[in-house]
Amino acid sequence: MNEPVIRDIWVYLSTSPLLGLTITLVAYGLAYRLYLKSNSSPLANPVVTSVAMLIALLMLTGTSYEEYFEGGQFVHFLLGPATVALAVPLYQQFSRLRQLWLPVSISLVCGVVIAAGSSIGLAWLLGGSTEIQMSLAPKSATAPVAMGISETIGGIPSLTAVLVVATGIVGAVLGTKLFEWMRITDDSVKGIAMGVAAHGIGTARAFQVSSQMGAFSGLAMALSAFATALIVPWLVDLLGI
Amino acid sequence: MNFLNGITLLLVYQLVGEVTVRLLSLPIPGPVLGMVMLFLTLMIRGATPEPLENASSALLSHLSLLFVPAGVGMMSHFGRIADEWLPITLALFLSTIITMVATAGIMQVTSRWFARPENAGGQRDE
Repeated sequence: MNEPVIRDIWVYLSTSPLLGLTITLVAYGLAYRLYLKSNSSPLANPVVTSVAMLIALLMLTGTSYEEYFEGGQFVHFLLGPATVALAVPLYQQFSRLRQLWLPVSISLVCGVVIAAGSSIGLAWLLGGSTEIQMSLAPKSATAPVAMGISETIGGIPSLTAVLVVATGIVGAVLGTKLFEWMRITDDSVKGIAMGVAAHGIGTARAFQVSSQMGAFSGLAMALSAFATALIVPWLVDLLGI
Repeated sequence: MNFLNGITLLLVYQLVGEVTVRLLSLPIPGPVLGMVMLFLTLMIRGATPEPLENASSALLSHLSLLFVPAGVGMMSHFGRIADEWLPITLALFLSTIITMVATAGIMQVTSRWFARPENAGGQRDE
């Protein structure tokens, strides 16, 4: 008697965006609380824990990614306005930036070339297919940008989105340790490296360290999105892939 | 209303960015152009309007959340990732570390080279 009712509810929920959107926010809320409980340990990065929770939940209930994304797309969509919003911290840090424009430009161009070159080179050395190399190439740029580039150079855009997130997580988790090990204390240096290598997820982490590191990371992320879009297709051409 | 105005402004810039990119077939994504345009507007105006400030800090303070749906996309690529897990994981991991260390190193060295003469402009006699 009860089962058809539950099935009806499930049929309704699985075709409406409500469920996908709600579980995304609830999972992130839980993950964020866990992150605060762990004293903001980078290992408890809220993206990792919420993605793991959501994948486990979807697999247990036999829900496809497409069904989930009906709701998830509303959150995903906000990446666009969030990219535009980066203009604000950028503007507020502009006086610092103007002093450092030359080192920032040099680091940025080198960083973008190194990010794409090293991922293509390493994937090639380890026997990865061309498709994988191309999907990895723009991985340090922010998701919407990287997906667009991946498409133009012959990668798989949706795989690139996943690799972008994974890159951001690796950067956010290891970044502060690497800087400690390199004895770097300057927030502008840390921010630039974080933004170039680990885009928005790195920037989110940088904002937790200090607002100055966050602003520089946001700046580097925005500029490297720009630079990656210009440099990577050209680099791929140059490598003759 | 305040927050709404801020969000509306961000969406308008994104929209103008997307349209311009398509009209001129530029190789950059629309939101990135929108960001550049908003930045230029702020430079010209010389101040950040409060609604914009609120909306942008609300969006940016939970930037990680926005990557979650894309991350969940991993589940539809399990097969592909399992087939080529070694090049994918190792290249991703090492290349991210290399990029982070190299960029930090280059920034550290170049900011010392270029920033010093400017900062110490008045003390050159020393």
